[in-house]
Amino acid sequence: MVNLKIDNHVVNVPAGTSILDAARQVQIDIPTLCKHPDVDPSAGCGLCIVKVNGRILRSCCTPVAEGMNIITSDPELVGVRRSVLELILSNHPNSCLTCIRSGNCELQDLTQDFGIREPKYPNITKKYPIDDTTKSIVLDPAKCITCGRCVEVCQNQQNVWALSFLNRGIATRISGAGGITLEESPCIKCGQCSAHCPTGAIVEYDETEKVWDMLNNPELHVVVQVAPAVRVAVGEDFGYEIGENLTGKLYASLRRLGFNKVFDTNFGADLTIMEEATEFVSRLTKTPSSLPLVTSCCPAWVDLLEKYHHDMIPYFSSCKSPQSMVGALTKTYYAEKAGIDPAKIRVISIMPCTAKKWEIVRSEDMSSSGFQDVDVSLTTRELARMIKQSGINFRELENEEADNPLGEYTGAATIFGTTGGVMTAALRTAYHFVTGKELGVFEFKAIEGLEGIKEAEVDVDGTKVRIAVAHGAGNVETVLQRIREAKANGTELPYHFIEVMACRGGCVAGGGQPRALLPNQPKPRGITDEIRAKRREGLLNEDRGSEIRRSHQNPSIQQLYKDFLGEPASHKAHELLHTHYVERNTYNNRNE
Amino acid sequence: MAETDVATQVANKWKRKRGSLIMALHEIQEIKGFVPWADAAILAEGMGVPLARIYEVLTFYNFFKLEAPGKAVVSVCTGTACYLKGNDKILAEFQKQLGIKEGETDAEGNFHLQSVRCVGCCGLAPVTVVNNKTYGRITTENVKGIIDEWKKNLSESKE
Repeated sequence: MVNLKIDNHVVNVPAGTSILDAARQVQIDIPTLCKHPDVDPSAGCGLCIVKVNGRILRSCCTPVAEGMNIITSDPELVGVRRSVLELILSNHPNSCLTCIRSGNCELQDLTQDFGIREPKYPNITKKYPIDDTTKSIVLDPAKCITCGRCVEVCQNQQNVWALSFLNRGIATRISGAGGITLEESPCIKCGQCSAHCPTGAIVEYDETEKVWDMLNNPELHVVVQVAPAVRVAVGEDFGYEIGENLTGKLYASLRRLGFNKVFDTNFGADLTIMEEATEFVSRLTKTPSSLPLVTSCCPAWVDLLEKYHHDMIPYFSSCKSPQSMVGALTKTYYAEKAGIDPAKIRVISIMPCTAKKWEIVRSEDMSSSGFQDVDVSLTTRELARMIKQSGINFRELENEEADNPLGEYTGAATIFGTTGGVMTAALRTAYHFVTGKELGVFEFKAIEGLEGIKEAEVDVDGTKVRIAVAHGAGNVETVLQRIREAKANGTELPYHFIEVMACRGGCVAGGGQPRALLPNQPKPRGITDEIRAKRREGLLNEDRGSEIRRSHQNPSIQQLYKDFLGEPASHKAHELLHTHYVERNTYNNRNE
Repeated sequence: MAETDVATQVANKWKRKRGSLIMALHEIQEIKGFVPWADAAILAEGMGVPLARIYEVLTFYNFFKLEAPGKAVVSVCTGTACYLKGNDKILAEFQKQLGIKEGETDAEGNFHLQSVRCVGCCGLAPVTVVNNKTYGRITTENVKGIIDEWKKNLSESKE
């Protein structure tokens, strides 16, 4: 441990701690625009300067040392920080009023905190073409302050390499890798760049207007579904504690917005488990050579696989994601039941994710109902804006219930939104399918938590089933490599069943989640491990408190199979609920 | 050697040596005069380096060119001595006569105009270099002659 003084307070921290982190212990948030807990310090912005024994140093990349005497704020430091901000502002558009990130921007926060009222230097911001080619995320290089967070996350955490800086000095700009559009780049639309961007340079592709048009069209029957991770995050945009589960108010607000039916993607999660557990049990008992089974609910992961892991396609679950399943069933099962022409139905999904916007048009399988199964996918942030725009007082709403027949869900479904959740839910049901009995435990401690790769072994009627859970796209490669080696050497498979989510922490930390900063919340905005853990806890608590915690026990699911699908993996189930994957070639992005 | 073979061969030569990306890019530029996008993509594949990283390097160094530079590269020195001797006027005259701005290549791909900082012969200021030929102590009146000379060179080399 190292002893030092920060602003005359004695601090005791482990060796290697940065001054920036150490200062948090004495309730000081040193301003920064580039340092984020998820990324290594880059010393990019120069705002986090402090005085160390009289010398001015950047606190993000200076480790503490014994006996240091640190001053985090004095008139000189404030003056330098203000100058840095003024210089950044001279190269940043003055479009705050109409910027999608207004009120959620770290540069705006600091400009306000420092009381900057007039631009000090002439504005030299260059205009660049706005890249909205992915139709999932939008890149506006003019608003980029070159902090480097997105590049670090895209290249080193996600190992995707879709983003990079071009040129240098004042000409530096953010771009799709190789100076091409993001759609042509290896981008998987996970939106982690957007989740970490301090300003409005990378944001969600806003489709709220499309949804308003549908809601205002009396000819249409507009149906909505809400993903698991949305319920524990949307509240942050209305001042609730991080992780508070607001399912009931969410349903109520959606009805107020004018949706004709409020369904739940969680129903689709239970259904995914029915189909995926069936698929797993079939492979395990009939064709072990087709193992491992790899989950496919995450569209960013699907995109990555189709581009770069062609040899793994046979191991990919053919199950569609919960979003797609609910879409397909809304325009078939529900349309039939309710006697509504599916051509007049529009399905809107509320997702924590930017890649879900891509998923709904991924292939012709996404139109299995004869129409596009999901018409528009909105992020949590877009929904929060719609609620605010309508003047709905979210906090005062009474809890409501979802509609039948696609609204009922179990505890197993709700944990889909967090790393390890899909695997946990699948094991509960797979065990039942193999043994006819129920698994004694509900949770698997080994696959909880935020470690990048988690492993466990489950005894299924004498068979040891080995599972792996990977989250954060950069961690997938390691797991796949172990599979490749085992297959090549003919040795025993390290895993039978693998869950993958492209975002660290899973969907709770998806690229479309809120960025509100609550009064008692440490900076920065966006996603940190603390927020991941709290949202996750919100989902786990709902599962723990659920009367039914196994997908196969969901009465609405049982009804669906009885009335419509027959049984899991039936011909009809395959037509509507399963998909296939294609090899899509793109240029190399690997860092070997 | 087919167009793309260059990049494949360069990639094969350097792929086993760590930190050799810049050397590989140098070779491609030496052979082709610039580094085409397609070659960078082949290099990415062949050397196992992300294209993102290759473009970070290519755009960081002024030396590397992403587009064909034109057959005659006109480098007008705007270093201190040449600038004081009025080379800003020479540069303006080249821009006027060639109809292109600094850093641009004409539509035919014949002339590329750039300003450089000091070519190391300040005694001859103001200096303009076209490819490997140096023109010293020139005035705006000489510009037309230099352009005509290179137009003639280029049309002869075509035949």
